[in-house]
Amino acid sequence: MVTFDWEFAWEILPQLLEAMVVTIEATVVGFAFAAVLGLLLALGRRSETWWISRPAGAIVEFVRSTPLLVQLFFLFYVLPRYGVRLPAFVVGVIGLGLHYGSYTSEVYRAGIDAIARGQWEAATALNFSQRHKWTKIILPQAIPPMLPALGNYLVAMFKETPLLAAITVVEMFQRAKIISSLTFRPLEPYTLVGVLFFVLSFPSALLIQRLEARFGTR
Amino acid sequence: MLPPFDLLPTLVRGLRVTIGLTLAASTLALIVAVIAGVARTSKNPLISGIVGFYVELFRGTSVLVQMFWIFFVLPIPPFNISLSPFLAGVIALGLNVGAYGSEVVRGAIQAISRSQIEAGIALNFTPTQRMTRIILPQAMVRILPPFGNLLIELLKSTALVSLITLSDLTFQALTLRQTVGRTTEVFAVLLIMYFLLAYPLTLGVRWVEGRRVWA
Repeated sequence: MVTFDWEFAWEILPQLLEAMVVTIEATVVGFAFAAVLGLLLALGRRSETWWISRPAGAIVEFVRSTPLLVQLFFLFYVLPRYGVRLPAFVVGVIGLGLHYGSYTSEVYRAGIDAIARGQWEAATALNFSQRHKWTKIILPQAIPPMLPALGNYLVAMFKETPLLAAITVVEMFQRAKIISSLTFRPLEPYTLVGVLFFVLSFPSALLIQRLEARFGTR
Repeated sequence: MLPPFDLLPTLVRGLRVTIGLTLAASTLALIVAVIAGVARTSKNPLISGIVGFYVELFRGTSVLVQMFWIFFVLPIPPFNISLSPFLAGVIALGLNVGAYGSEVVRGAIQAISRSQIEAGIALNFTPTQRMTRIILPQAMVRILPPFGNLLIELLKSTALVSLITLSDLTFQALTLRQTVGRTTEVFAVLLIMYFLLAYPLTLGVRWVEGRRVWA
């Protein structure tokens, strides 16, 4: 009977940890992209100019309604046909950022909508410029309560990074796949990857719960 | 048929698999979510502990890893459980979404006001009757919109089964890309098909949310 081989697990752990660096890089860069894109999309949707608000809304609805995996395939296979040749990692990060940007835009939108009307009127009454109204009054109040929701999407994105394996990025999951096909032992690599995901995402989820308690929002 | 409609017969074959998978997995997810959600509120620490472990395990790891584990690890000793790709997909997606759904159910149960339970006790309802006649009917109404959102997530996650060799919509598109070429067209049609599946669900959820006069 074959059971979990601890020695083998110990042997492959360094390789997986090395690949985990790629996973974390993809998460951090992808989420930074998503956070900025989401804000732009949320502001775009609020625009009074229809040719900005309509496309921004359409992008959010379309991206949210289609699978990340298909979006990754689309970017990975279609972009090179139009002369855009990017490393798989970059394509993956763009895909993650685009997908989660459409989710974070809804968080920003709800957060901005939650700011009381009086704040806007006060900013106008005090003759703040459009830019100062946003950067000094609205966003500083709107962003802290959004942090838990943004954090949840960060963890969700982290758990979706294995999809990058499908477009040849050698992150943690792809490394486990390679090990398993070379050694014909799927048990240890896949179990370890699961454990590694868990030890990172579970404490993060607890941390976000504490953030939620602190800001008193959901 | 005129392009891009000549691609449709192949894609529709995959579409059937995607829809079948979505229906089967969402049924499993619904059952698991209700059972696990109710069990999590149990006063017995053993029951709530085991269920809590399941929920955190599936929420804390990646659904793709879970799917690969079920498909590639279960067939080998000491488990020796060989599953078809379809069944592996149903189980992975059902258990994953069921774990998220159980949190929704738990939240909805805990949101039922205490006086409802006290009234049930005062009227001499048994604990089972209190759960099935008083708490769950009220909780079910609250969980409809979040469950709709989970169904949309599940539908989109079915694309992952193409990676465990199940010939769903995405898998058929990948095959077409290799046999017919016309990459841009194939993936554009594929994205539109997923959009046409998921967007009506999104609109349905919004409609239900808009009508929610009881919450």
